[in-house]
Amino acid sequence: MTRKLAAEKVSAWYGPKKAIEDISLDFEEHATTAIIGPSGCGKSTLIRCLNRLHETVPKARVEGKVLLDDKDVYADDPVTVRRRVGMVFQKANPFPTMSVYDNVAAALRLNGVRNRGKLDKIVKQSLEQAALWDEVKDYLGKPGVSLSGGQQQRLCIARALAAEPEVLLMDEPCSALDPIATAKIEDLIFDLKTDYTVVIVTHNMQQAARVADTTAFMYLGHLIEVGGTRELFERPREALTESYITGRFG
Amino acid sequence: MVFPFRRGTRRALLHPTGSSWGDLLFQAGSGAAGFAILVLLALIAIVLAINALPSFRAFGFGFLGSTVWDPVRDQFGASPFIYGTLLTSAIALVLGVPVSLGIAIFVAELSPGSIRIPLTYVVELLAAVPSVVYGLWGLFVLVPLITTYVSPTLQGTLGFLPIFQGQIYDRNLLTAGVILAIMIIPTVSAVSRDALLAVPQHQREAALSLGATRWESIRIAVLSYARSGIFGAVMLGFGRAFGETMAVTMVIGNRNAISVSWFAPAQTLSSIIANSAREGVAGSLELGAIVELGLVLMLVALLINVFARLMVWRFLGKQEGGLE
Amino acid sequence: MIRFNRDVRRRLKNRVMAALALACVALALVPLGSIVHTVVVRGASVVNPEFFTQIQPIPCSPGPNSTCVQGGIGNAIVGTFLLLGLSSAIAIPLGLLAGIYLAEYGKGPLVFAVRFFADVMTGLPSIVMGLFIFAAFQLAFPGIVFSAIAGGLALAVIIIPFVARTSEEALRLVPGSIREAALALGVPKYRVTVRVVLSSAREGIVTGALLAMARVGGETAPLLLTAGGNSFYSVRLDQPIAAMSLVIYNFATTPYANWNALAWGAALLLVLIMLGLSIAARFLLRHRFHEQRIRG
Repeated sequence: MTRKLAAEKVSAWYGPKKAIEDISLDFEEHATTAIIGPSGCGKSTLIRCLNRLHETVPKARVEGKVLLDDKDVYADDPVTVRRRVGMVFQKANPFPTMSVYDNVAAALRLNGVRNRGKLDKIVKQSLEQAALWDEVKDYLGKPGVSLSGGQQQRLCIARALAAEPEVLLMDEPCSALDPIATAKIEDLIFDLKTDYTVVIVTHNMQQAARVADTTAFMYLGHLIEVGGTRELFERPREALTESYITGRFG
Repeated sequence: MVFPFRRGTRRALLHPTGSSWGDLLFQAGSGAAGFAILVLLALIAIVLAINALPSFRAFGFGFLGSTVWDPVRDQFGASPFIYGTLLTSAIALVLGVPVSLGIAIFVAELSPGSIRIPLTYVVELLAAVPSVVYGLWGLFVLVPLITTYVSPTLQGTLGFLPIFQGQIYDRNLLTAGVILAIMIIPTVSAVSRDALLAVPQHQREAALSLGATRWESIRIAVLSYARSGIFGAVMLGFGRAFGETMAVTMVIGNRNAISVSWFAPAQTLSSIIANSAREGVAGSLELGAIVELGLVLMLVALLINVFARLMVWRFLGKQEGGLE
Repeated sequence: MIRFNRDVRRRLKNRVMAALALACVALALVPLGSIVHTVVVRGASVVNPEFFTQIQPIPCSPGPNSTCVQGGIGNAIVGTFLLLGLSSAIAIPLGLLAGIYLAEYGKGPLVFAVRFFADVMTGLPSIVMGLFIFAAFQLAFPGIVFSAIAGGLALAVIIIPFVARTSEEALRLVPGSIREAALALGVPKYRVTVRVVLSSAREGIVTGALLAMARVGGETAPLLLTAGGNSFYSVRLDQPIAAMSLVIYNFATTPYANWNALAWGAALLLVLIMLGLSIAARFLLRHRFHEQRIRG
């Protein structure tokens, strides 16, 4: 039960507006942690602080520490951090001018891998891990955007995995997808935690209940409660958590 | 919100007279004005064609290939000017486009927000300088500079290339190319900047989240995404260089012949027209030839502009809220 | 596990590219700075009352025992303003009307064609417009090929598509709710357009007109073939007329020092006037954005 990633009193601002306050949260290795909460509670902001993406927005600011293997990522080079902590976004965003193959190989090429055999191997591996290989193996040269929505999102997952991250952050990855595509990706998330540490932001409580080991509930920029998924949903400690879970708001 | 009504308007508005006639008349009137623009364009082409007819009858399409321009013997050909125009435009693009892209990347991707707007204004100032002032400056500042420092250096280091051989004239093709490069920078950088700004943020984030450096994310996510818009910007720059007249006329040396050396004087389509048209005798073959040159200039500039705008429109229109 | 050992090279490349981009900006600012500096320094030495009132002097270069008359460009200043006034009077109403058509009756293939070709026309070389008027007058009015009216028409042809598009943009910015409110009062459409929409878009339209004048004030090529230039004061429409841009061209391409000096002075004055027009145009626009931010 090692702590792979942890937020320590993390606060973040968009200009003068404070989005999240004093969040301290541990993310267990080889496990899936879900972050739930109503719209605007700051869950996306939090995970964007974890891979140092938040600071790329003009006038954005972060305070506090984020520890990856007990070392503060804000003291490290952001480029290295982002390679170790990968991200999948809400709406699939494959590079439109690249083929399926090139999309997956993008991170590899950035890091100087040129050997065609090696690229082929890792591309295949990543697409298999994303459960997309069988569907695209004959169409690797086609543009990444020619795939369906669900396939594009799995392509983005493969692209992120090809960089061999240690942590995978997923920001509402299924919100733009139909139920069938969603189910495929949820199965995928279940398998991914064997090799990676997964953090998933979702506004869908049932999804959290299905895939996550630990769940954290946020509201208006604060962390309200965190615990084992089953306990959180069956015996929440905070009244606010119970109200959200029973659907009284959000 | 205050209604922008003037005093007395209320009465006038609420007691309309012959309203449906008024509407029809107004629509017809403004429609005619709009249509008039199309008519104007067609008229330009037609009038030029009529005046170019004697030349076309005399030389046919061979006009475009002939290298002779001899008013005494009434022999005219467009080749030297097509050569001059194409070569100066090419030099302008080779020198100007990379600088413009650099500026666009800096303004769109790298500069802090506070610098962006003033910097944009300053680059636009370059566009506000009239062509003839560029020519004036070119004649008195750029020409001595290039003749004293640049041309001899080029001939010294790269003199084995035929383009850098031969006598160095002060007003020549190279200088014209350089001044054109400076003049297209505002256009190309502004339109490229718009293309880069139109790339959605999630593309940059996708690249950054893979562990790309800033430059790498610009390279793989922004530049390739915006490439059709950038290509349109380059075409617009080409169109501008193609038709530029005064600055070129003042520094190109005005010689109606083709020479391989870039240090030799030359002539472009627009500069020959500027130089010779007013001296032309009405109805003469020379004038007809000059007008025919103008027709060629117009048609090619039209083609380039149409193509360029289609590219830019298509790219910006695809992005949300894209307006030229 | 892939070896990620090229990080140092990548970081270096990142910095180098950023430095190159900045260098491009600096590179573009150098000619701008040079032009501004040269025009101001050389032009200011010539600008005095004589400059504004006198006409061109006998060309000469000062020698060891002789000085030259400075002379002035008074006729050219008058000429430029006359040409601007003439071309604006012709082009702005027409362009505005076309712009109204594009904005208010805005659907269908004709509208698309007009808009597209108006844009294309703004990119055509101005000498083509000059050649057009020159050729047209050769055919129809051969006596006044070189005249103020020809020059005014050439500039007008350049301005019309520009004003049409800027007016259209300004009119489009007027919110639909204003139009609807007026129509709901039972006002016929054309009156809504003329009284209500036009006055709302007033600033944007004036801005477009100012920018159009800034654009053609510096035009030389079309005037070479139409206005023709004049060494003396003239305001007659059927006679050739002087212009500041023509003065710059003609006087710069001679070896005479006093004429060259006048060219620089004319350049300074011309750039100041064009700059003034541009700044006035922007000033109007800034006022408008300020309002919109308060409202929204």
